[in-house]
Amino acid sequence: MQADWPILSVLVWLPIAAGLLLLIIGERNVTAARWLALAASVATFLVSVVLWRDFDRAIAAMQFVEREPWIGAFNTWYYLGVDGISMPLIVLTAFITPLVVIAGWTVIEKRPAQYLAAFLILEGLMIGVFAALDAMLFYVLWEAMLIPMFVIIGVWGGPRRVYATVKFFLYTFLGSVLMLVALIYLYLQGGSYAIADLQAMPLTMREQVLVFTAFLLAFAVKVPMWPVHTWLPDAHVEAPTGGSVILAAIMLKMGGYGFLRFSLPIAPDASRELDWLIIALSLIAVVYIGLVALVQQDMKKLVAYSSIAHMGFVTLGAFAAFQIYANTGSLQGAAMGLDGAMVQMVSHGLISGALFFCIGVLYDRMHSRQIADYGGVINTMPVFGAFMVLFGMANAGLPGTSGFVGEFLVILAAFRADFWYAFLAATTLIFGAAYTLWLVKRVVFGPVGNDHVAQLTDLNGREYLVLGILAAAVLALGVYPAPLLDVMRPTIEQLVQQMMVTKV
Amino acid sequence: MSPATITRLDLVLAAPEIFLLTATCVILLVDLFLEDSQRIVTFVLSLVALAGTAYVTALTGVDVRTVAWHGTYVADPVGNLLKVVAYGAVAVAFLYSFGYLQLRRLLKGEFFVLGLFALLGIMVLISANSLVTLYLGVELLALSLYAMVAFNRDSAVSAEAAIKYFVLGSIASGALLYGMSMIYGITGSLELGHVSQSVGALGPNQIGLLFGLAFIIVGVAFKFGAVPFHMWVPDVYHGAPTAVTLFLSSAPKLASFALAFRLLAEGLPGLHDGWQDMLILVALLSMALGNVVAIAQTNLKRMLAYSTISHVGFILMGILAGTSEGYQAALYYTITYVIMAIGGFGMIILLSRGGFEADRLEDFKGLNARSPWFAAVMLMLMFSMAGVPPFVGFWAKLAVIQAALNVGLLWLAIAAVIFSVIGAYYYLRVVKLMYFDEPSERRALQGSGAVKFVLSANGLAVLLLGLYPGLLLALCAAVLP
Repeated sequence: MQADWPILSVLVWLPIAAGLLLLIIGERNVTAARWLALAASVATFLVSVVLWRDFDRAIAAMQFVEREPWIGAFNTWYYLGVDGISMPLIVLTAFITPLVVIAGWTVIEKRPAQYLAAFLILEGLMIGVFAALDAMLFYVLWEAMLIPMFVIIGVWGGPRRVYATVKFFLYTFLGSVLMLVALIYLYLQGGSYAIADLQAMPLTMREQVLVFTAFLLAFAVKVPMWPVHTWLPDAHVEAPTGGSVILAAIMLKMGGYGFLRFSLPIAPDASRELDWLIIALSLIAVVYIGLVALVQQDMKKLVAYSSIAHMGFVTLGAFAAFQIYANTGSLQGAAMGLDGAMVQMVSHGLISGALFFCIGVLYDRMHSRQIADYGGVINTMPVFGAFMVLFGMANAGLPGTSGFVGEFLVILAAFRADFWYAFLAATTLIFGAAYTLWLVKRVVFGPVGNDHVAQLTDLNGREYLVLGILAAAVLALGVYPAPLLDVMRPTIEQLVQQMMVTKV
Repeated sequence: MSPATITRLDLVLAAPEIFLLTATCVILLVDLFLEDSQRIVTFVLSLVALAGTAYVTALTGVDVRTVAWHGTYVADPVGNLLKVVAYGAVAVAFLYSFGYLQLRRLLKGEFFVLGLFALLGIMVLISANSLVTLYLGVELLALSLYAMVAFNRDSAVSAEAAIKYFVLGSIASGALLYGMSMIYGITGSLELGHVSQSVGALGPNQIGLLFGLAFIIVGVAFKFGAVPFHMWVPDVYHGAPTAVTLFLSSAPKLASFALAFRLLAEGLPGLHDGWQDMLILVALLSMALGNVVAIAQTNLKRMLAYSTISHVGFILMGILAGTSEGYQAALYYTITYVIMAIGGFGMIILLSRGGFEADRLEDFKGLNARSPWFAAVMLMLMFSMAGVPPFVGFWAKLAVIQAALNVGLLWLAIAAVIFSVIGAYYYLRVVKLMYFDEPSERRALQGSGAVKFVLSANGLAVLLLGLYPGLLLALCAAVLP
């Protein structure tokens, strides 16, 4: 059932309007600002629940479409719509943002209204990125998103925040501008910026390779894939807790989303031709970055590297589809890799977000992220310890948690593509468990490490609420992922068909 | 029709210029009888003169290209648009300048009179249809600007800047005139329409024409401030009083565009291959040098000067495409650049106080703590200049890159976007200073209400024109079919 009101526009503009309102209110009335931010983000989430409920699970076509002329000179439209790939990511965005608002409730003391405004504006822009069906609208939102994040890391970040945020901005900006050239090129060939038109457009192999390369730069930086990942650990370490959560939970997903929405359907032949490259980079991320994570001394850095390794599964699952199809001739088999990639994205959004929240909880008390400064936290914070162990297990891919579903699907798909892919990918079950459990062991278990740990107080109600909600989501998705898979199925089947038909 | 007759049509079409000239002379006279404390009268009269000129332009504006004054003058929609934007830019520059000059005891009537004469030069240039009219406009504009740069005559830096500007500007004018004389000698005509026909008949490989063209490109590149003829830009921008820098960076850029458009697109389209190659080099060097050297600047005025150089590279990229799409993009870029540049220098004026120029980068430290709104305005201006959506600067870059891609200059487009990433760094640094650093002083901003209002409007324009760029784009497309 389609709503008769512009539900996607509301999702995009409601948080942005609330953010601007917050900027106008300023720091005069901080309490009002907090409640306004919470109300706006919860309202956005409720609207996204309506989106989830009314979404037609039987069709692959775009739903809730809104299309208005925007810029005549460039034939660009204000064109929104969702399918099974973008809708879950929108709901994820709307789900995480209120938690970020709650988590920063009293922790942020420096200009809290601007802090909350930045997150709300960011939320609107991110939802817009997922909902945009016009490539230029997509690009505008994609770039605009950098501005609030740049400010968030730079103003509320740690000691090396300026370096980290400038690096973050320039890295992503450099990746995206070449995508812009590619989009303009496609527009000049086909006369339309509508993503569906770009997907339908015939392109020669050479054009596809160039376009694919330009997209690859943009999305690989965002995912991030090895070797263009170096901005992420810096950005994560320096960002405030909320910034890290949004970065890990939502922003990284945009790279994966870009591959599914742009690279694969617009340049399918180049994708097939170059799938070895993406698979190689993904496996390097899984294995090598997994090892790098093992030696980290800083909790946030460790989770950041673990994110890179986990996002390797997303790109691996997406690009393994070609070989599965070549080996088995089964579209269902190929779809499994993409299913796994999507589940992994949603699941990683929840788990990495939760882990950054956990680190934030510790950091707020101790003002240290060094693993060595902790030890035996469970003695003073038993409830927190339980949550940390749960999310650690989920990060390691324990069955029953959402982390298991995505990794399992991708490894299964990789088996059908090539035994060695699966073999290398499965090493994550060892490395992932090693670095996560070792982290948990060093921080949570053991005797009380020092006097500071001895004085820790357990979770307050606010923190309990945030972590509890996330824990419920991680478990629910782990035990019963079927609703998510159902939502995606028609769209992913259509995408696989698109990928396997040559455009040359 | 003997050459001496002046028809009614001639007078009607040139009515804006005639009106402005008359009004400026009247203002000059009135100003003689005013005390220093009454300069506000000159100021108000100047604004009235601008409004009157705009009104006359609206009354006499033409929808179709009309040539008058025996082929030396042309009235066309693109000229009207450029003129109207120039009036606005000059008016805004005057609004910013009044308080600034007053605080520094520089408030003389000559500032406004010179500004209006510069505008007259711009208008003559915009409506020029012959080489002589073009040159007349260039010189009227340049002479007024030389005097304005030296306006603070007690400042050694200003005087140095003015001398430098004057000497280098004269050489460039000489080069331009020399190139024009070559073209005239070969084609036998001063009128751009005839020049265009003769060049078409002679073909693109006539060596004398190319020789003349090279000198014309030197002149155009100098007026734009494009590399390698950019040496004057940082020194003049830095040395001139900020109010003059603001003036210099706005309306004269429209004149530079008009100069390039009239000379190259209307006068010498037959030599497109020749000037495209030359401009590719100039544009590429401008984007490269402007963006890289700006990183090293600690003075905001110098930084914006180098940023201007890089923006000029983008404008030239639109022009060198040689298609109507390219000219539209360049026109659009020029207008948006003028809006952004006025805002950037307006911020310096806002932060300045008596005896204190807020033109160092450190002066912007912690601006967010002092005034969140004006920090946000500067943030929008900086991101817009960097070409980050959703601000208007992004669409301008998009338009010129699209024009370049459409004529097959893929590598130039890629170079342009990469240099714009390099350029983003120094714009980000300003944002960093405003937002991430603590202020070294906590004093609230002074600035008059007029300055604050204009600057707020300026910042909002950058945002709104970016959210809905269709209107201005359509306007640019309509005047340059």
